[in-house]
Amino acid sequence: MERKTKIDAEEGKQELRITREFDLPLALLFKAYEEAEMVEQWMGTKVVKLENRKHGSYQFETTDPKGNKHGFNGTIHEFVPNHKITRTFEMENTPFPVQLEYLEFESLTPDTSKLIMHVVYQSVAVRDQLLRLPFAQGINMAHNRIQEMLTQSK
Amino acid sequence: MNLRRDVFQAIADPTRRAILLLVAAQSMSAGAIASHFDTARPTVSRHLQILTECELLKQEQNGREVYYFLNAKKMKEVADFIESFRDIWEDRFNKLESIMKKYKPKK
Repeated sequence: MERKTKIDAEEGKQELRITREFDLPLALLFKAYEEAEMVEQWMGTKVVKLENRKHGSYQFETTDPKGNKHGFNGTIHEFVPNHKITRTFEMENTPFPVQLEYLEFESLTPDTSKLIMHVVYQSVAVRDQLLRLPFAQGINMAHNRIQEMLTQSK
Repeated sequence: MNLRRDVFQAIADPTRRAILLLVAAQSMSAGAIASHFDTARPTVSRHLQILTECELLKQEQNGREVYYFLNAKKMKEVADFIESFRDIWEDRFNKLESIMKKYKPKK
């Protein structure tokens, strides 16, 4: 399958850009972010609160396969339907500092649209650490699986 | 604890990134690399040592001089980290797309 998501992470910068083109009209793409019910479905999280307005805030709660709950929250600074969302993002109970996210929504054709997510981190080091997190988790998961297999074969 | 073999720590330093960029163009002796920086020669040597220890640079003896060149394989590993990060977003956005294609407006 064609991979449509692009990550631009210039070396030595404390920011990154995630770009994605969707086979969806702009209005539908935006609804995926606007309606709590939709957010819950595609992000696989519980939406505790989602106030789509300036000075509004949001709160998500995700339950991992082990049953542990992880909280995410942020404040919404700008909310312009079908155009942009500016918000902060924080992973609760982690050492990771709050990050700033600029989401821009664009219409490409009547049936396609584009999302540009510009994320600014506290430092270059924090950005690089977050970038490698999925890789580290992948290794950990593989490692845990090996351990499980070894334990079971005893 | 010796953390110097961590590639990400190695590229977190601006001087070391500049060294990598220099050497990416062509292999160079330590002296030639140092001449591009205002930093003291021992400091540059130290950076070269760290980059070599984490295998981003390789050394080659050429007469009396040691030449440094980029280890492209290790640099690719750095790119692979970003690849895992990208995969996560790719999955997430694919899900968004397929869910929204079935979207029924609320009445």
